[in-house]
Amino acid sequence: MTTIFGVALPVLMGQLLIGLINGSFYALLSLGLAVIFGLLRIVNFAHGAFYMVGAFVAWMLLSYAGVGYWGALFLAPLAVGVLGMVIERTMLRALYGLDHLYGLLFTFGLALLLEGGFRHFYGTSGLPYAAPEALRGATNLGFMVLPNYRGWVVVASLVLCFGTWAIIEKTKVGAYLRAATENSTLVQAFGVNVPLLLTLTYGFGCALAGIAGVLAAPLFQVSPLMGSNIIIVVFAVVVIGGMGSILGAIVTGYMLGIVEGLCKVFYPEAANIVVFVIMAIVLLLRPAGLFGKDS
Amino acid sequence: MSATHADTIIMPTRKSPVPVISFAGLVLALVILPTFVYPVFLMKLLCFVLFAAAFNLLLGYTGLLSFGHAAFFGGAAYVTAHALKVWQITPELAILAGVVTAIVLGVIIGVLAIRRQGIYFAMITLAMAQMFYFFCLQAPFTNGEDGIQGFSRGNLFGIIDLNETMNLYYFIAALVVLSLILIWRIVYSPFGQILRAIRENEQRTISLGYSVQRFKLGAFVMSAGLSGLAGALKALLFQFATLADVAWQMSGEVILMTLIGGIGTMAGPIVGAGVLVGMQNFLATSGLPVTMVLGGTFMICVLLFRRGIVGEILHLLERRKG
Repeated sequence: MTTIFGVALPVLMGQLLIGLINGSFYALLSLGLAVIFGLLRIVNFAHGAFYMVGAFVAWMLLSYAGVGYWGALFLAPLAVGVLGMVIERTMLRALYGLDHLYGLLFTFGLALLLEGGFRHFYGTSGLPYAAPEALRGATNLGFMVLPNYRGWVVVASLVLCFGTWAIIEKTKVGAYLRAATENSTLVQAFGVNVPLLLTLTYGFGCALAGIAGVLAAPLFQVSPLMGSNIIIVVFAVVVIGGMGSILGAIVTGYMLGIVEGLCKVFYPEAANIVVFVIMAIVLLLRPAGLFGKDS
Repeated sequence: MSATHADTIIMPTRKSPVPVISFAGLVLALVILPTFVYPVFLMKLLCFVLFAAAFNLLLGYTGLLSFGHAAFFGGAAYVTAHALKVWQITPELAILAGVVTAIVLGVIIGVLAIRRQGIYFAMITLAMAQMFYFFCLQAPFTNGEDGIQGFSRGNLFGIIDLNETMNLYYFIAALVVLSLILIWRIVYSPFGQILRAIRENEQRTISLGYSVQRFKLGAFVMSAGLSGLAGALKALLFQFATLADVAWQMSGEVILMTLIGGIGTMAGPIVGAGVLVGMQNFLATSGLPVTMVLGGTFMICVLLFRRGIVGEILHLLERRKG
């Protein structure tokens, strides 16, 4: 059997794939965080909770309404986005003029509320959610066997990440958003409805988290704890990449997922702390982060 | 930092009697209360009062929001429990070992975290504390999910039996009151003035010639050490150290205590810890989901009572004065 550094190739490839999958979620979530932070100057601690809600909405749609995966892929992010927009309109809005720390604290409370709520009603054991019919099974690529659903998650997240990047960098709405990020007062003076833009941006960021949740549902169990487990790692990713750049958030997300996957092969004991170790090293060498232009 | 800098800071000249009266009142209350209230509840409360006060030293007086204080609290709790169970040393030495652990952790996390500001500071402390959580999850001496339990509290200085509830009560009460006095001294010292200057305007403090990073690290390590003392006392009290003490929820709880009581007020952490510990005791028996209520309380506090209970009262008094 082919080996690389004394590790069987299929094992290495398998872990790389898992790393790429995790990286997809890191990228999707840190992208949403970066978009929200860029405009609203709020670190959305509830981002993990919205990801969890996305997965739960998919599960509920299937269990209570019989709506399958493809419907959920559209409806769950919509629901999460609307939830986000309502929260922005009714509560988050009041915190804009204040220290950024209050935004962090408020969304932390929101995360506790959502997580605690789902834990109260659904327990912590996790609920199974099957992959859709069309994506079951696996494809033999010659050097490894690729489960179809995992391949789909990687492709879908790449499309979502670069689609978001394209919207922000290449469209008119994106131009408004970038302009408002630079100087919202001036943009408002030009007649752009900035408050609406803020609401939509928050909703969009939350919807991204929601869709990540739907993608994750068949891979991991749908559990109230899934959000808080991932959000802390995503924060470390964001510290490493710097929240200033959309592309930076995407690249760092994938990169760290892959590093984590490799770590599982070569030194499994450290696999769940490797991202934090990298964060510490980056802070020592490049305090502003890899893509950061420190404020 | 040299003394010349400290000399330039104007200290309040008239000594106010309020602090002395307050601390005397606190001591009196602590002597009387055990006759009415269950001492174990009081001791638990005192541990969290100290934890919140230590946290407030950092958030309230230096303006640094740490999301990782559970690492110091829980780390010290683990080491104290381990020292009592395995090394079988006297409790005061076990507590000292716990505090030293918290200080070392404070230096490591502090050096990294002060390299960034504001929300990044919060995220870094959270991530580092989570790393420590995973370390505790895997390290053999913590016994994973079971935690360290089933040890004797031992004899203080080899003489006073701490398994006697009232001995333990007076020991914990004395340590907490002394720590609160220490925090009060730190805050109203020239060092504390500089910390508040950093909170108000970091750039200006730098331009005045203070090496801000060193002051921040100093405050961070002091806060970590005192949080460690709180964790060590909690481990001694419950004869129990678990993963819950190092988990991020614990960091969240101490933030909430400080926020409810009033960030940057001396009495705030005492009131906040009282409210939260009382609330948890009530919720534990009521069947309501604790996390949900805590989350909701957080949101309401941030939206409506950012000054906290003590802060709002002080604000009202000040307004009445005109």
